[in-house]
Amino acid sequence: MPLIKNGAITDDPWQFPAEDGPMPETGSVAVSLTQWQREKAVLLARSTPLGLLLTGNDSLDNIVPNITAYDLIAFVFPTFQDGRPYSMARLLRERYGYTGELRATGDVSRDQFLFMYRCGFDAFAVSAGNVIEDWLRAVSEISIWYQPTNDPRSALTTLRHKLHALE
Amino acid sequence: MYRYDEFDQTFVRQRVAQFRDQVARRLSGDLSEEEFKPLRLMNGLYLQLHAYMLRVAIPYGTFCSRQMRQLADISRHYDRGYGHFTTRQNIQFNWVKLDEVPDILAALAEVEMHAIQTSGNCIRNVTADPFAGAAADEIEDARIWCEIIRQWSTLHPEFSFLPRKFKISVNGAIEDRAALRVHDIGLQLKQNDTGEIGFEVMVGGGQGRTPMIAKSIRSFLPKEELLSYLESILRVYNLLGRRDNKYKARIKILVHDLGAETLANMVEREWQQLREGYVNLPDSELARIACYFAPPDLEDAAETDNGLDRARRANGQFESWLEHNVNAHKQPGYAIVTISLKPEGGVPGDIDADQMEVVADLAQRFSHDELRATYQQNLVLPHVRKRDLHVVWRLLAAHGLSTANHGLISDIIACPGMDYCSLATARSIPVAQSISQRFNDLTRQKNIGDLRLNISGCINACGHHHVGHIGILGLEKNGAENYQITLGGRSDRSAAIGEIIGPAFSAEKIADAVETVIDTYLDLRQPGERFVDAYARLGRGPFKERLYATH
Ligand code: SF4
Repeated sequence: MPLIKNGAITDDPWQFPAEDGPMPETGSVAVSLTQWQREKAVLLARSTPLGLLLTGNDSLDNIVPNITAYDLIAFVFPTFQDGRPYSMARLLRERYGYTGELRATGDVSRDQFLFMYRCGFDAFAVSAGNVIEDWLRAVSEISIWYQPTNDPRSALTTLRHKLHALE
Repeated sequence: MYRYDEFDQTFVRQRVAQFRDQVARRLSGDLSEEEFKPLRLMNGLYLQLHAYMLRVAIPYGTFCSRQMRQLADISRHYDRGYGHFTTRQNIQFNWVKLDEVPDILAALAEVEMHAIQTSGNCIRNVTADPFAGAAADEIEDARIWCEIIRQWSTLHPEFSFLPRKFKISVNGAIEDRAALRVHDIGLQLKQNDTGEIGFEVMVGGGQGRTPMIAKSIRSFLPKEELLSYLESILRVYNLLGRRDNKYKARIKILVHDLGAETLANMVEREWQQLREGYVNLPDSELARIACYFAPPDLEDAAETDNGLDRARRANGQFESWLEHNVNAHKQPGYAIVTISLKPEGGVPGDIDADQMEVVADLAQRFSHDELRATYQQNLVLPHVRKRDLHVVWRLLAAHGLSTANHGLISDIIACPGMDYCSLATARSIPVAQSISQRFNDLTRQKNIGDLRLNISGCINACGHHHVGHIGILGLEKNGAENYQITLGGRSDRSAAIGEIIGPAFSAEKIADAVETVIDTYLDLRQPGERFVDAYARLGRGPFKERLYATH
């Protein structure tokens, strides 16, 4: 599955061991919250990057206490209609100061990219049909935003404010 | 009214281009109907029984003559020469073709209009009191806040995939003409003890198969903090609202399951964190928006009569129209005119292209170029000089737009029902038509007095039957349409859900049944008692007895 990160196709260094499968000896691993809770001590003892694979059902209360331990938080969208990770992403970025990779995976298509990106997602595991050009187009289709979020691009209120200041 | 600046204009143009691309991908087969559906819904495009239907947003029901003329043009070019005003202050075109929709959206963008978020599981087009900015009983113009909400909710990145659709309504007057208590969020502007203006926030109202009246979760919210508070409610709902069953996904179910107090506490907790560092609208932006809603340049005319009284006495029809379709304006010498879209035997809310142009002309000449669409599927000229009322009435009368039935039994709200809607279980338009014909005598209607009769073609309740004084719900039983009656519903400050009165009636019998309800009321009412008050006093008993006595 191609991974888009920072506007380019990137190799995915992460391994996602199955719930009951063996833990890879080396390399970056991302696990479910259950795996994390079960094997927390072992995982923290590794010297390689750690990540979480979450769904909208998981509670952030269980993630926040160890937030600095993670270099990847990936959300699975079982269907594009599951809107919970959008709120969770903003909370992670804006309230809990998470700075690692925030990845969207599952039912992810270019028509959601823009919303995800603005909520703080910076990596997208997409199905093979999606090409990078589509993605780049999708994030630039709309350049005006009414809401301030963590998106580095300015929201409209700021732009208007600047405009007034110039006048 | 609000005018787009360069940013708003760029935004709607980009949005049209984006949808043009999505339609092209659909037509080329790149997108399946399943993939395309959420995209078209976010642009107000439905697939109905016979054709695509485009629902165009009229934010908080406020528009102008130029926009109305463009709607007339669109209806001629791309539809069958008419449009349909809905209970959500929008207009629908029932016969559009998919490949032409991007052009329609481009035509709308030319006049600062769009169809964004008139559908889909997102924050829908915000609604308001249609008399806002004109009503004599107004605290503050709700539209300033509606526009702020419109901008904030437009393509909100966090709230575009909610568990279910989400409707917000704002009222700035004493009387609730915006049906706040049957919205997901109802915002009532009010003044607190220290004279500050803010909002009472109500949450969890709604209709559909589980009708509920909204609960108040905050009695006073300082108005500058509106957006952070709304964002908190939406966040709690987005995270906790049910996603496993679409009939249980609205916020009303969450309010019901958790209890209003628990939900209020959760929102409060979220808000206390979120408001820290939240970028409230800068004062300059608030002032910029408020400026667009400054009162129009009304004459400071003392109430000069200019023959109004003479015309009234000379013409009974004009007098009736004045009595029912004209409301008090905050400025002496002015009035608010309701244009009824409920002619005898007509389709509630329908208007043809020629009539749209007549209304546009009247707005331009006599109402400071302002128009409103109402919850009751009528139109409003909000600022008419009293001395112009007679000429306005004559021009309306010349085009079949002077029906003097606003607020009477034939001012029926009806959804499109089986004639258009793919979800319908029965027709609603023919029922509205037969009832309006049955009660065609205006003297009789006046004698019956204030009455809301609302009809839905299925349990989704788009025709607001739950909150009609008399509600009619179309159902299907053994292949035949039949109609259930509810009584005592209302959508005002004392909002209530109507009670089911008994077994349903066939299509042939429904007008008779309504007549029986009315006769019972006329027999039992006390002097000056409205239907809905009489029902509150009498209860179901006497109505039920009369309705089912002969069965
Ligand atoms: S109430 Fe039912 S029939 Fe009427 S418009 Fe809504 S979904 Fe369609």
